[in-house]
Amino acid sequence: MGETNQNLYSGSFNIEGGNFNSAGIVSTNIKSILKKLGIPSDIVRKAAIVSYEAEINVVSYAKKAIVNLMVNPGVVHIEVIDEGPGIPNIDLAMQEGYSTADQKIREMGFGAGMGLCNIKNYSDDFHITSEVGKGTHLKMTIQTP
Amino acid sequence: MKLSEVKDILEAEVIVGDDILDLEVKTAFGADLMSDVLAFAKAGSLLLTGLTNTQVIRTANVLDIAAIILVRGKKPSSETIALARELKIPILATKYILFETVGRLYMKGIVGCLPKVENTSGRN
Repeated sequence: MGETNQNLYSGSFNIEGGNFNSAGIVSTNIKSILKKLGIPSDIVRKAAIVSYEAEINVVSYAKKAIVNLMVNPGVVHIEVIDEGPGIPNIDLAMQEGYSTADQKIREMGFGAGMGLCNIKNYSDDFHITSEVGKGTHLKMTIQTP
Repeated sequence: MKLSEVKDILEAEVIVGDDILDLEVKTAFGADLMSDVLAFAKAGSLLLTGLTNTQVIRTANVLDIAAIILVRGKKPSSETIALARELKIPILATKYILFETVGRLYMKGIVGCLPKVENTSGRN
């Protein structure tokens, strides 16, 4: 579990807000990168789930975002920094079932107020900060054996 | 059970994955809410859903779902079919409603990928 400074992978990806068809491309990429690094499949799955839910959020609410993926021995870091409306009340947004989603998001099979909960539950460590009118910053850490 | 048997039981049309019908499946998860699928479905399971957009394929890919069964006679869009082909995820379409689809598979031995949700906030 010990995290050393040795970096196995570092990369960034862009997400375009409002582009519903593109949601999932970044997490599919992250998944194949982690697989190629030989990360165990249950860990790859967790990383794919958290990045996918984050992508859905960006596409649904933000203007754009950058996703940073960093893999070090023992740990996968995923950071999603968006430019968007931000979240006025994070405690409320973290509540399962709370959602501000519109019909379009619901038609995709999302918007039931579970995204952030799923992200938190599949991360070993999760941090969220947000500034109204500026954007939201998610930091997820998933440990690898 | 092989995917080819699933096809026969559900009188399903194979839309993508004709060449991988010998795939073995034991478990399934059914929902139209992809966040629930992400929260609860397990790798290698069938995904039973009435949702037909590309996010169903993305969700299946993220979770390593074995195959997607579209219920209630739903047909996927051409984008959905193209993405399923690209990511090699089989799609079967049945006219049975979700309840019937589940019942028919359960009777033949397919079980849920988890029996119940004990704690929604401790799902993994």
